[in-house]
Amino acid sequence: MSEKFDVIVVGAGPAGTSCAYNCAKNGLKVLLIERGEYPGSKNVMGGVLYRKQMEDIIPEFWKEAPLERPVVEQRFWMMDKESVVQFGYKGLEWAVEPYNNFTVLRAHFDQWFAQKAVEQGALLINETVVTECIVENGKVIGVRTDRPDGEAFADVVVLADGVNSLLSKQLGFHREFRPDEVALTVMEVINLPKDKINDRFNLEGNHGTTIEIFGDSTQGNLGTAFLYTNKESLNIGVGTTLSSMIKAKLKPYELLDYLKKHPMVRPYIEGGESAEYLAHLIPEGGFNSVPRVAGNGVLVVGDAAQLVNAIHREGSNMAMASGQMAAEAIVEAKKDGDFSENSLNRYKEALFGSFIIKDLEKYKDAAHTFETYPQYFKEYLPMMNKAMSKFFTVDGTPKREKQKEIMRSVTAEKGTFKVMQDIYRAWKAVK
Amino acid sequence: MSTTNIEEKQFLLRFKCDTKSHLTVLDHDVCMTQCPDKLCTVFCPAEVYKWEGKRMQVGYEGCHECGSCRIGCPYQNIKWEYPKGGHGIVFRLA
Repeated sequence: MSEKFDVIVVGAGPAGTSCAYNCAKNGLKVLLIERGEYPGSKNVMGGVLYRKQMEDIIPEFWKEAPLERPVVEQRFWMMDKESVVQFGYKGLEWAVEPYNNFTVLRAHFDQWFAQKAVEQGALLINETVVTECIVENGKVIGVRTDRPDGEAFADVVVLADGVNSLLSKQLGFHREFRPDEVALTVMEVINLPKDKINDRFNLEGNHGTTIEIFGDSTQGNLGTAFLYTNKESLNIGVGTTLSSMIKAKLKPYELLDYLKKHPMVRPYIEGGESAEYLAHLIPEGGFNSVPRVAGNGVLVVGDAAQLVNAIHREGSNMAMASGQMAAEAIVEAKKDGDFSENSLNRYKEALFGSFIIKDLEKYKDAAHTFETYPQYFKEYLPMMNKAMSKFFTVDGTPKREKQKEIMRSVTAEKGTFKVMQDIYRAWKAVK
Repeated sequence: MSTTNIEEKQFLLRFKCDTKSHLTVLDHDVCMTQCPDKLCTVFCPAEVYKWEGKRMQVGYEGCHECGSCRIGCPYQNIKWEYPKGGHGIVFRLA
């Protein structure tokens, strides 16, 4: 395998495959290395794939990609023990081309996407772990794998090795992550007949719903849960920062079972058959955790570059867009025959000028704020539930009096100044 | 039926086990003397780690390869590698 390529991409997830696809399409000689039995066999995602960034790579992909359902409704739940405050949006413009997003099952989708890269001319090698980058004179010139004689060389190595990115850590691009920079998420795929799903979620045909659940879904810890509709199954999952999990001594699978038994959730999954259980880390350090993304002969993309917007549950789209930007930078570098950091920094410039880093920058203090001040999840969400209950329960109390009572109960518990402070802090973190 | 405990959850999965562990507890004494909570036995999503009184039992065969133990161990006492290519967990769906 000690062959010379233009580009070696490590990891055939959305970021790596996007990069490999775009490089191969531009005539570069590409080696795409995947450690799993097949692309997708090591990958986990709640399940939402955004149309825009995928379409930028393969127009009208929805006509052939293995998708589950186009999402026509997004709901948000602020859940307490026996109640939920809900809001959301349902729009039929999302049910027709070009759509907004889809639910997907990654083991299916990633295989299809990697196959598209192969069709463009990339060479895909599965079941191969890259153990290190080969560095010579301060420049990455190839990779060493766990195959016998498993060295391969290239002008550029693209690290798309996921959230743990042992390779970029080896290169000194980042230190080990802290437990508050990653979210540990577990999920289950639960089989349920299509008509049951459509009845329970009030859906027609292949339309899909996503529900994000805050509050009691994580027992007040910093994190979220989700319930997504596939064609004939549901994805249900829950995650918190690893630091919250440690602090609260939570067992993630017990949290998942708690969610599944929750009276607000249980009726949706009742009678379903568990098909798979999956655990994964999500990079949630955001802007402040983004490592060095370009070096001599090397680029870092996707989860490996910590490109996830946890607030808007965007990740795979950022992975794909970053992979594409990396490919564009490599194509330009190839024209100049210059693969130095200076030349490859075109990628960094593109990344930082795009929605990706702009959005991460916008929310750079959000996770830290909500972790440091747990009252938002632990106190305000239950308060919100109580307020709604009080307001909508008809008991002969005049509405103005009810409003006063609600405001009093909030400020009595915390003091007016504290409440104002909390509101201002939350607003500042997400503005 | 939908699962109700971790044993049932793990039973749903397909693993292609290597004969050699990709997870190594570097010093069992550290777990014994410095880590009263044995945190990895709590947060590991696959219950890979089990404390057996004197040493940490590592059931690497059921590992999801998430990386939590490496990041979450308060003593950086876990050496964490990927299983050999093509080995370890094989997700079939999501």
